Amino acid sequence: MIKKTALNNIHHKLNAKMVEFAGYEMPIQYHSIREEHKRVRETVGVFDVSHMGEIEVRGPKALNMVQKVTINDAAALEIGQEQYSAMCYADGGIVDDLLVYRFSDYYLLVVNAANKDKDFDWIMQNKIDGCEITDTSDAVTQLAVQGKKAEATLQKLTEADLAAIKYYRFVEDELAGVHMLISRTGYTGEPGFELYFQNENAEKIWNAVFDAGAEFDIEPIGLGARDSLRLEKKMCLYGNDIDQTTNPLEAGLGWITKLDKGDFIGREALLKVKEQGVTRRLAAFVLQETGFPRHGYEIYYEGRKVGEVTSGTVSPILEKGIGMGYVPKDISKIGTIIQIKVRNKLIPAEIIKPPFV
Amino acid sequence: MNIPADLKYTKEHEWAKLDGDLVTVGITDYAQGELGDVVFVELPSEGDEVGQDETFGTIEAVKAVSDLYSPVSGEVVEVNSLLEDTPETVNKDPYGEGWMIKIRLSDPAQFDGLMDAAAYQELIG
Repeated sequence: MIKKTALNNIHHKLNAKMVEFAGYEMPIQYHSIREEHKRVRETVGVFDVSHMGEIEVRGPKALNMVQKVTINDAAALEIGQEQYSAMCYADGGIVDDLLVYRFSDYYLLVVNAANKDKDFDWIMQNKIDGCEITDTSDAVTQLAVQGKKAEATLQKLTEADLAAIKYYRFVEDELAGVHMLISRTGYTGEPGFELYFQNENAEKIWNAVFDAGAEFDIEPIGLGARDSLRLEKKMCLYGNDIDQTTNPLEAGLGWITKLDKGDFIGREALLKVKEQGVTRRLAAFVLQETGFPRHGYEIYYEGRKVGEVTSGTVSPILEKGIGMGYVPKDISKIGTIIQIKVRNKLIPAEIIKPPFV
Repeated sequence: MNIPADLKYTKEHEWAKLDGDLVTVGITDYAQGELGDVVFVELPSEGDEVGQDETFGTIEAVKAVSDLYSPVSGEVVEVNSLLEDTPETVNKDPYGEGWMIKIRLSDPAQFDGLMDAAAYQELIG
């Protein structure tokens, strides 16, 4: 049966276009993907991202457990800090990308909705003694409040000093009278926060945030704009840009791959990749003529096929076709001109240094 | 859902309006709503011949790209150049400023054979 978030009624009342995503009925757009996109770039927008999975790791060996299954160095986290990370298979392929939050007595892993059950099973398969793993996804509502006016919006609702929360840090405090996790993170490249709280408060918080943001023309934002916003910042989407057939080094995630942190699943394979050098890279390109690059479109270089588009769109900010895809390492240099096959037409595209905007 | 009574329709969700021997063609309100934000519209050139039920262009929206099908056969005598720079007009005013092409009808019987508003309403449910 299709799952619903605690804000499902609100989405319907707002006449959102609903689609099934990762087993949930989710809003893909409220009125216009492109206008919602611009709203987040200009002032502030709110996303219901309650479909995301939350997995808690507790117990005396919680850190060891997190270190074993993730590639970033969780030992470097202070209490109240989180990091972007990934889980890998033994061959270096990616199980999922995720956020790891460090609390005083446990770790919280926030994972992709579509992968949540797979991730949980993977962690359980590799579980060590001395820790407990709990999937709390169904009880938690997650709102992402993103944009230059996100802080001004939320500051009206809380005594916590939001300006003091640095990037990738969080506090637990009351906001609109509800105890919650307030984290300075997001998937848009804009300043903003992600709020995690119990489902029963979902509508109350939603309404309070919209009242507070009214002076900034705050709007609800669907998954359509979430995708184009993250793509303009070249953030990876699991299932498109990364998956079990790609490794973090070729995906441009070397900065979270801490090969010297001690042993973890996938380390040996990734060490070998690092020693031998990657054979391909996830490149970011901008079309030089009109066209809409889409997932699966072929990439050409000097007349031969060299890869496929993993994510693409027409940037609402640049008003140009943008995208990414894996190409052989020697072609991945900034400034290289490749071609994207858009419905039988080869359109030139330049490989650029990300982000796009 | 807006389905003007004075227009004719195709099962591919184009509308057609007859004025003398000229047929103006666009896509329906239902179609623009299903497509979502339109980002490009690729249209034929004036003077091109199009055949009934054949593609005369493509419409590219954020979610998908679709072909456009001509309701009738004839010569394209005018294209809406406004859509080149402001394709979102198709979303905002599908039956007005968002029109796409005008065709000089070669066989009036083809126009009469198109669906009326009631039949189109039934098609989209």
